[in-house]
Amino acid sequence: MKKSARDITDSNRAINRRALMLGAVQAAVVATLGWRLKTMQLDRADEFRMLSDGNSIKLRLLPPARGLIHDRNGVLLAGNEANYRATITREEAGDPELVLARLRQLIPMTDTAIEAVLAEIGKRSAITPVVVADRLSWEQFASIAVNAPALPGVSPESGLSRSYPRAGDFAHVLGYVGPVSDYDLSRMEDPDPVLMLPEFQLGKLGVEARLEERLRGKAGTRRVEVNSAGREMRELERIEGQQGETVQITIDAALQNFAVQRLGEESAAAVVIDVQNGDILASASAPTFDPNLFVRGISGPDYRALMEHDHRPLADKTVQGVYPPGSTFKMVPLLAGLESGLIDAGSRFYCPGHTTVAGRRFHCWSRGGHGSVAAVASLERSCDVYYYELAQRIGADRMAEMARRLGIGVRHELPMSAIAEGIAPDRAWKRARHDQEWQVGDSINASIGQGYVLASPLQLAVMTARVATGREVAPRLVRAVNGAAVPETDFNDLGLREANLRTARAGMDAVMNGSHGTAARSRILAPEWRMAGKTGTSQVRNITAAERARGVIRNEQLPWNRRDHALFVCYAPFDAPRYAVSVVVEHGGGGGTVAAPIGRDILLFALAGGLPPLDAYPAGQRGAIEEMRARMNLTPAPAPQTNGRARA
Amino acid sequence: MSGYLDYKSEQTPTGWRKILYLSWPLVFLLAAVAATGFLMLYSIAGGRAEIWAEPQMRRFVVGMVAMIALAFTPIWFWRSISVAAYVVCLLLLVAVDVFGHHAMGAQRWLDIGPVKLQPSEITKIALVLVLAAYYDWLGLSRVSRPLWVLIPVLLILIPTGLVLAQPDLGTSVMLVAGGALMMFVAGVSLWYFAVVIGSGAGLVFAVLKSRGTDWQLIHDYQYRRIDTFLDPGSDPLGAGYNITQAQIALGSGGWSGRGFMQGTQSRLNFLPEKHTDFIFTSLAEEFGFVGSITLLSLYALIIAFCLYSALTNRDRFASLLTLGIAGTFFLYFAVNMGMVMGLMPVVGAPLPLVSYGGTQLMILLMAFGIVQSAHVNRPR
Repeated sequence: MKKSARDITDSNRAINRRALMLGAVQAAVVATLGWRLKTMQLDRADEFRMLSDGNSIKLRLLPPARGLIHDRNGVLLAGNEANYRATITREEAGDPELVLARLRQLIPMTDTAIEAVLAEIGKRSAITPVVVADRLSWEQFASIAVNAPALPGVSPESGLSRSYPRAGDFAHVLGYVGPVSDYDLSRMEDPDPVLMLPEFQLGKLGVEARLEERLRGKAGTRRVEVNSAGREMRELERIEGQQGETVQITIDAALQNFAVQRLGEESAAAVVIDVQNGDILASASAPTFDPNLFVRGISGPDYRALMEHDHRPLADKTVQGVYPPGSTFKMVPLLAGLESGLIDAGSRFYCPGHTTVAGRRFHCWSRGGHGSVAAVASLERSCDVYYYELAQRIGADRMAEMARRLGIGVRHELPMSAIAEGIAPDRAWKRARHDQEWQVGDSINASIGQGYVLASPLQLAVMTARVATGREVAPRLVRAVNGAAVPETDFNDLGLREANLRTARAGMDAVMNGSHGTAARSRILAPEWRMAGKTGTSQVRNITAAERARGVIRNEQLPWNRRDHALFVCYAPFDAPRYAVSVVVEHGGGGGTVAAPIGRDILLFALAGGLPPLDAYPAGQRGAIEEMRARMNLTPAPAPQTNGRARA
Repeated sequence: MSGYLDYKSEQTPTGWRKILYLSWPLVFLLAAVAATGFLMLYSIAGGRAEIWAEPQMRRFVVGMVAMIALAFTPIWFWRSISVAAYVVCLLLLVAVDVFGHHAMGAQRWLDIGPVKLQPSEITKIALVLVLAAYYDWLGLSRVSRPLWVLIPVLLILIPTGLVLAQPDLGTSVMLVAGGALMMFVAGVSLWYFAVVIGSGAGLVFAVLKSRGTDWQLIHDYQYRRIDTFLDPGSDPLGAGYNITQAQIALGSGGWSGRGFMQGTQSRLNFLPEKHTDFIFTSLAEEFGFVGSITLLSLYALIIAFCLYSALTNRDRFASLLTLGIAGTFFLYFAVNMGMVMGLMPVVGAPLPLVSYGGTQLMILLMAFGIVQSAHVNRPR
């Protein structure tokens, strides 16, 4: 389109008119901005300068009280207690050394502590309070307050600190809280400002760490007027924070306490699970430690003692520890065999005490052998050769598949730290992990829960619960949050044939109640609590042919860490299963002699809801049981605490 | 080739001689503003250049070279590619909505190999281009006829809708404002503007009324920004914190400021986004009223030069284009400064040429390259 000269001139005039109007509007906006700059930077500069220097009004955070943790009956497991402390501010103290020397006459302080405080004061700005003394008694706290005029810059403060009234019982499940470290902050994307407060505590392990967001609560704020030295003159406004959520876990404190006591000085773990809803009723790892030590800041020697202890008290053996499950694993190959149809409950294998495969001799635990054995007897007497034969027929992959179906080699998600996955080895696993082909010997070892197979006590309890119910029982640890119950899941059927499950259960029943049962000594007499179980003794060393020829060295003659692990899994009542228990005693010796009595006692305590009557035990053992109970140091259950506030 | 012939006149410089006809004052003004940015980025990083200042300088040099290169292009070139540029931008915006990279809950970036592209930034310029070409083609007599008003309105609303879907309210508002500015300069009857402003006020009323109902019109976070704007004290630890702290920093600068690298608010990390959207507060704190009014004046001078260039340019397309780009630039700094001074809600607009950020800096400099091209090639 060709434009005439006149068109262009007109259009330019129009544009120019509008452009000038636009310029005027823009000039007005610039003038407004300039005016605003003038009022803010010239007229109101002093006011803003004062705010900037922090001379006037400051916003202070009020740390929220941490959420409480209760057991399934409302017993307090983690609460908050008042913590009295003293802080010092350099600006107000003038000469901190002099003030600290005076303070020393009121409360005990070591030279190193004073040096540490002085170093901290040097690092911080003049108006930042530095903690001088923590966890003061009420008398010390009061004496500092009374002597305030002689202690410029020192202010007595009270805060809340986490406390674990059940001490060691829940150390592994709940974990503990500790001061926020730079490392903690570096791992967070957008750290809550409340974490920057001195002395604020953060969950470091276990439930405390995994449910940190729920337990932490929301900070409140205080608007205070402060003078130029930073001292508060008055509080203008206070918005209370929100306490963290109250978490109720599925564990029963009394049962947990009994389990911890029953494991005693052993390096051991026990898990009790409700087979109907998956609730973990006890998860005990021994020996244990006092988490309160960590909250207060553990001393060097105490920490070293825990670290260097050969029974590893800091590790949670229930979910972190993995062990060769030994014969407690035998339900897995048995069910894999029955389900595959390659054997049936009546199929028999002959056990002469050993078998030879590919030129290697594999021994049954019974040197003399068990003769001709079928499914139920194979579990009752824990015949190894039966499983060697079975494993050669069904192969590794069927066993591994069944192990995973029963919960071994899979991670069970719980709010606890470092939950182990265990290993259900198959051909593909060995190729990926060791870059080697699977050997028939590997199958033979796996069939009796040795070799590459590893399971945690939690997984063994889940396996037992699944065999007992035929359902895909999954463990859970959180029962309710802030009073609202976490819904229970309806577990799916495992899809195993009922007849096969009945065979496995009959075998486990015979272990306890059969004439040749490997744990018959630990049977429960009370018919309404009839129990089924399986023992396991897993080797942690190789027995050479030469040693076998000389006679296998007895466990008691070996150093502790070379002895066999003792394992036991069980459930009861046999007809209508309620609870499943697993016990692992590291280097404890025989499963039947060491682990089975522990499992039986814990299971009985769960069934009876407290110490069971003595007539549940075989007559000959009642004296010993009474003696053992007298030695135990059981914590009486305190009255359930239902109100949410902390004890002051 | 008709475009070429239109512009071919004896007075128009050719070849390397064009460099003498560049608007050198504009080049120096842009460099001065950018230099202020380097200084602040160096200061905010605590005296370290490698964090923000150096990358920004490198991009500035590249952008400057690009600007001068674009100044050599004949202006008719921009008119002939305007429609194509606009269509490409629409396609890019659709691509962002479909495959875009998520950042802070919004899709604004497009990953193309090594480059991360923010098409909404380029769209601002492309919209100005296409509207300038449209009004150049349309001629003055028809600009206010309803049908011929509807076309530019659609040209504005299509990209706006796509940007809003990202969702990016700030850029959508900028697009509408930039487009409206073009229509205003082109001479569209003022009655249209009166009607739109009137119904806009009605819409604002509806948005405020719809809050909490099930036909709520905007996101909750956008409502919170409005609350925060109206009363920054209402949420002193959340969003209002930014504004309160920014104003404290700005006001405490006083007459001459606390001195280079002495800003306590910025150094103590009280300021959010201190190297991007809130960089002006650091400048105001460290150089005071003198510093901030100087920067404002530099911006005003840039606008004044563009206005002068547009007024003296007899070519309608070139004038409209210059006014449009300058207007977009104006919207940037006015919105940013208004935001940090508490005159406007926080919409997340950078301070042009000063805030840290590659796409924005390069695109602005290239846009000024087009302004230079209009200036160099203007019929005299």
